[in-house]
Amino acid sequence: MIKRRFSFGRLVAVVVKEFIQMRRDRLTFAMMVGIPIMQLLLFGYAINSDPRHLPTAVLSQDNGPFSRAILAAMQNSTYFRLTVTAESVAEVDRMLDRGTVQFAVEIPVGFERRLMRGDIPALLVMADATDPAATGNAVLALQQIVQGAVAPLLTGPLEALLPAPQPVELRIHRRYNPEGLTQYNIVPGLMGTILTMTMIIMTSLAMTRERERGTMENLLAMPVRPTEVMVGKLVPFIGVGLVQVAVILGAARLLFHVPMEGNAAVLAVGLTVFIVANLAVGFLFSTVAQNQLQAMQMSFFFFLPSMLMSGFMFPFRGMPGWAQAIGEALPLTHFLRVVRGVMLKANSLADTWPDIWPLLAFLTAALGLALLRYRQTLD
Amino acid sequence: MSAPEAPVISVRGLTKRYGDKTVVDKVDLQVMRGQIYGFLGPNGSGKTTTIRMLCGLLVPDAGEGTCLGHDIRTESWAIKQRVGYMTQKFSFYEDLTIRENLDFVARLYGLPDRRAKVAAALERLGLAERRNQLAGALSGGWKQRLALAACILHQPDLLLLDEPTAGVDPKARRAFWDEIHELSAAGMTVLVSTHYMDEAERCHRIAYLAYGKLMAHGTVAEVVAGAGLSTWHVSGPDRRIAELARTLSGLKGVEMVAPFGATLHVSGADAAALDTAVQPFQADAALAWRRGEPTLEDAFIHLMDSATDNYHPDAPR
Ligand SMILES: Nc1ncnc2c1ncn2[C@@H]1O[C@H](COP(=O)(O)OP(=O)(O)OP(=O)(O)O)[C@@H](O)[C@H]1O
Ligand SMILES: [Mg+2]
Repeated sequence: MIKRRFSFGRLVAVVVKEFIQMRRDRLTFAMMVGIPIMQLLLFGYAINSDPRHLPTAVLSQDNGPFSRAILAAMQNSTYFRLTVTAESVAEVDRMLDRGTVQFAVEIPVGFERRLMRGDIPALLVMADATDPAATGNAVLALQQIVQGAVAPLLTGPLEALLPAPQPVELRIHRRYNPEGLTQYNIVPGLMGTILTMTMIIMTSLAMTRERERGTMENLLAMPVRPTEVMVGKLVPFIGVGLVQVAVILGAARLLFHVPMEGNAAVLAVGLTVFIVANLAVGFLFSTVAQNQLQAMQMSFFFFLPSMLMSGFMFPFRGMPGWAQAIGEALPLTHFLRVVRGVMLKANSLADTWPDIWPLLAFLTAALGLALLRYRQTLD
Repeated sequence: MSAPEAPVISVRGLTKRYGDKTVVDKVDLQVMRGQIYGFLGPNGSGKTTTIRMLCGLLVPDAGEGTCLGHDIRTESWAIKQRVGYMTQKFSFYEDLTIRENLDFVARLYGLPDRRAKVAAALERLGLAERRNQLAGALSGGWKQRLALAACILHQPDLLLLDEPTAGVDPKARRAFWDEIHELSAAGMTVLVSTHYMDEAERCHRIAYLAYGKLMAHGTVAEVVAGAGLSTWHVSGPDRRIAELARTLSGLKGVEMVAPFGATLHVSGADAAALDTAVQPFQADAALAWRRGEPTLEDAFIHLMDSATDNYHPDAPR
């Protein structure tokens, strides 16, 4: 009797065929290298992570030399551009809500008098931190700016106030986004989204392409097992995924100076599991989709929640419970934690395990479903 | 027929439905080892569907049987190892070269001496010079040759060829059939579907399918005789023949009127009724009448006309 077990020789047959086909498909090949580079440059350069001249509203309830000096220093720092003078707190709120200004500065009643008395008055700064990268640096610089503006005026009898740690208390309200992420998040996160997008789209076409080109009938008529076809079609893409990773990590290092605190081997484990998990999803789609258009639609249907609910776009902890529940079921969520943990916090394999095993579980489920869906007949 | 040998293909009551259409209806088929078995029938009669059921690509809705001694329902894995199936539509990889396609097939079947076997196959089919050409860039005829080369690469015991010579020039067609006869002489069994009468006549046995039903099977002579047709051949001046053709068609007893050059073939299943119908015209001195043999084509057209289209069960065609 002929044995029905997995054959390495047949696997090689499929892998070789897929490699050749991939090499011949210039457009796809260009896309696989081009997408990561394009996205990196967009996110890295075109999308400035240290924006200046941010529109700022001023609500001045006390006018004097100190407040004038502070406002002038803010303007001079180039981070802030004082565009409007507000009349009331409600007006400030409205402007922030509408996004017409990024910041609002409120100088409270009695600011000058209390400062001179040494009461350490509060200077209230409200920031629209929807996009934390937009406000982060300006907020960081603010303390220095205020200090620098006030100090030269503390002369004569007021000099006694100088040794105090700060003559003015700076109260910063970050609105809309309390977590305040740094831009280091972007590049590692980008690696996850790029891999999700390219890996799923590419493999989702794997079986649909065979079906649409009519080669499926021939493939099915020959003795080859579903696992051999599946693994054979996924292996070349693991290579592609790793090349993309190399491009992104290289750029992260050279262009954006993202640190790599952790162990490269731990990152490699996380990456491989994540890449295979995405390939498995793509392959599952390709066994379900009737044509390439459907395969693409399914890919985007999966890609969107991955972008939105994984913590890439919005801080995970800022999302409502139901969104977090969906997020927990997506591989990108766990991968982001792994990659940020390893690159920024030097996490060990044991540290990342709570996010590695969900990836493994996801991978197993997707592969199992794909094999269940794989039809060995034309019916 | 050597008696004790088991048939290579033996199926009974093979049935396939799509929705409420029965596209293959209780087909029985027996093919012996070394035979070239022709599979004929009009478009949509279920030839491709039947072939797909034989090699395990489709699961029959009813019926049972064996192919190479293996159950067609449960042992398709074993069947696939020993069958070469050439699909009606070219289904190798157009973005691989000829040699890469053959390499792929050879690796899948785990052939020892892969390189030598692929090189030999390229040589034999005259594809050696074109081996690095992309399959998609080949003309139709060359694609057919590639497909045949690929499906005999693993020296199968049974070849299933679905219209292998559609669109192939006469010389290449002749070469193709010579090749098939060689393979059959070496013991390979071949089931081949075709629309060409000359190809049907080169088969040891033929089966005729219409609207999913097996209408006739046997040797060519048996099928022609089985149709029970009487035929007259009439020759004469072109205009008279054309006029006669118009007059005769539609008369009771006349089933088929077909001009072949200057000769008109007039046939019918009921010999007496046919003779009665043509008698008045036999007196015409300009026309020469003689009894003819019905051709295979006459027999097929007769079979097709007497079959009922299963899509219009109450409208006999
Ligand atoms: N997947 C399918 N779904 C629905 N109907 C189908 C399917 N495949 C085939 N059919 C129908 O089954 C019938 C038989 O088709 P089949 O391809 O077997 O005919 P064929 O004899 O090979 O015809 P041809 O000479 O044109 O190749 C046709 O009427 C066809 O429309
Ligand atoms: Mg057909």
